[in-house]
Amino acid sequence: MSDRMSRRKLFGLGAAGAAAVGAGAVVTRALVEEPTVAHAASISDPVSFYGEHQAGIVTPAQDRLHFVAFDVTTDKRAELVELLQEWTAAAARLVQGKEAGTFGTVGGVPEAAPDDTGEALGLPASGLTLTIGFGPSLFDDRFGLAGKRPAALADLPKFPGEQLIPEISGGDICVQACAHDPQVAVHAIRNLARIGFGKVSVRWSQLGFGRTSSTSRAQATPRNLMGFKDGTNNLKLEDAELLRQQLWVGAQDGPAWMTGGSYMVTRKIRMMVETWDRTSLGEQEAIFGRDKGAGAPLGKKAEFDTPDFVAKGGDGQPLIKDDAHVRLAHPTTNGGARLLRRGYNFVDGSDGLGRLDAGLFFIAYQRDPRKQFVPVQMRLAKTDSLNEYIKHISSGLWACPPGMRDAGDYWGRALFA
Amino acid sequence: MLNSTTRGLALAFGALSLAACGSGTPAATGSAAPEKPGKISVAASDTECKVAAAEVPAGTSTFTITNGGTKVTEFYVYAPGDRVMAEVENIVPGLTREVIAELPAGTYETACKPGMVGKGLRNALKVTGEHKALSSDAKLAEATANYKRYIKTQSDTLLVKTQEFVDAVKAGDIAKAKELFPVSRTYWERIEPVAEIFGDLDPAIDAREADLAAGEKWTGFHKIEKDLWITKDISKDGPVADKLIADVKTIVAKSNAAELTPLNLANGAKELLDEVATGKITGEEDTWSHTDLWDFDANLQGSKAAVQALRPVLEERAPDLVKTLDEKFAAAEAALGKHQKGDGWQLHNELSKAELKALSDAINALAEPISKIAPAITK
Repeated sequence: MSDRMSRRKLFGLGAAGAAAVGAGAVVTRALVEEPTVAHAASISDPVSFYGEHQAGIVTPAQDRLHFVAFDVTTDKRAELVELLQEWTAAAARLVQGKEAGTFGTVGGVPEAAPDDTGEALGLPASGLTLTIGFGPSLFDDRFGLAGKRPAALADLPKFPGEQLIPEISGGDICVQACAHDPQVAVHAIRNLARIGFGKVSVRWSQLGFGRTSSTSRAQATPRNLMGFKDGTNNLKLEDAELLRQQLWVGAQDGPAWMTGGSYMVTRKIRMMVETWDRTSLGEQEAIFGRDKGAGAPLGKKAEFDTPDFVAKGGDGQPLIKDDAHVRLAHPTTNGGARLLRRGYNFVDGSDGLGRLDAGLFFIAYQRDPRKQFVPVQMRLAKTDSLNEYIKHISSGLWACPPGMRDAGDYWGRALFA
Repeated sequence: MLNSTTRGLALAFGALSLAACGSGTPAATGSAAPEKPGKISVAASDTECKVAAAEVPAGTSTFTITNGGTKVTEFYVYAPGDRVMAEVENIVPGLTREVIAELPAGTYETACKPGMVGKGLRNALKVTGEHKALSSDAKLAEATANYKRYIKTQSDTLLVKTQEFVDAVKAGDIAKAKELFPVSRTYWERIEPVAEIFGDLDPAIDAREADLAAGEKWTGFHKIEKDLWITKDISKDGPVADKLIADVKTIVAKSNAAELTPLNLANGAKELLDEVATGKITGEEDTWSHTDLWDFDANLQGSKAAVQALRPVLEERAPDLVKTLDEKFAAAEAALGKHQKGDGWQLHNELSKAELKALSDAINALAEPISKIAPAITK
């Protein structure tokens, strides 16, 4: 019973943020107290738009997501570059909690439509980050970019069992908006889409309501909609050397315009939560290879204990089964390949068959998807026992350029140079 | 697009600036204007641009820019559309430079450009004080007169075609009435924003079944549409048809007598595209006959007619906006043109989702610049 109490508190903190700190910290364990302290101090503050890398990657994962994929509709390269400059200027303002245009919601002339849509008026920056990525389809012959396509931006192979819906997959350009306030994230995407009319068209977009990863040791590992801590071994802000090896594109990797950037893979993964919920605790834990309460690898005590893939139970079988998720996804069984995961839970209403349309909008950043996401996912798709309860329905692959050096820089500057 | 349209505004200011410059002591005009600051300091860095004042009086203002960053920077004052009102380039790190700007009342943007590239770091700058009305009122008057002539020709034909439709309905000729339905509506849809000025008649003529409150009586085009396509029985529609032609006659008389302002034209052009976006692309307008593309085409033409009437004014005040509008109207017409079928159009339910999205994109691309016409003509 007490275990169940603390789990509920944990969820409460995730949703209510700073407000719940006092009450939550008293009755819950260190695991819960630790992140909320670090969290509360910065929940409404801005995150810098400038730096070597784009914000929104190792930035401690915010609570909310609005992700959008655009198709470029103009065939003029100059118009696209102009748009990227306008977007960058608007993004630099938005992440500071300012309005999209300089006159804002009410500062313009009454005859003109306001240059900001207004729903974030009075709200703080809320940790908003806007992260841009370029999809493989942008590198065709429309804008003369074919020669600039990175080798690492190779189309993903077909994975067994995936049921991708083309209308919610791919796209020429994506923007990931993350914030602690969903209204702030939606406001940012809505205004960028508006600025883009006539040059780009929204292909698809996705809301996420709860982070499923931690990208800093100051954050606790959150739970996915299956109730498990997943991604315990995520790459984190503090792992400077690992980030250099596994996350950021190095100068020697090429092309030059991607140095300091990273590749993002997005997968919308529908979870059959109803069938999952009627699965026994023992089976659920066997499928993940982790204990559902603390998140410890089976046979261990604490979440961050190293899994023992050799240990056998009394029945002579491995404690962590051969097809358990943690075994298949673990870096030690994938030649050291790791990902920076930054996904979000989603519930897009219901599916008309009496079930929640729920799941995980998976986001992962890495240095080279061909060596990281692709082999790991191929293995999972073939053998993961979790596959019975999940279905990949959308896929995206994006080249995210390095960060903005200063206000004279703009999204895609080096790519279009 | 944002840019090219706001550029339109710049010309309006351009015309003004001559008058303002010659009008003597700007600080003395208008009691509401803020007190004249001595010099407006601008603290520029690689990532920030702090302008000490957000509002200045009309006339001359002096900006003092200090570059505290590590990159060479520039400072600009822009009228809407990035028309340069004042600029100073090559401010090296550590240096302070001054620039004097002559600014008539209006809204401007200041910008620092570290590295001398990109859009720069923008701030709004409001300039207040006395400002003379533009002297091209004659052109605006001509624009409304032009558009009224358009209303006249369209409404004349609307009367003729609605009468033919009503006659067919009353004669019980379903085939002929079906054929005339989208045709008569074309003339209605071209001038609908004017009709909407007379609130109660628009619903009587054009309400959809879904628009009605419980118990409300349904009249007009769409009632007959449902009987033509769904119940296939128009034998009881005589009174509905009579009321339709009577209402159309009333609204035509009122429309031709109405005094229109240039703003009515600008907003009407936008409303017609809103109609396309909300009613036609979704297939909600003609939910039984699926003849939405006739209405789509008519809305587009009506919108274009209003814009064309304003064209001489826009060419003077917002030439870049005119260019954008021409381009986007052509693109929208081309997108729609793909669905022409004989003398008419494909039915809405014959279009794929991808084809509808292409039409939606074309309308969105056109509607944004159109929403910039109103501020351009009222300045």
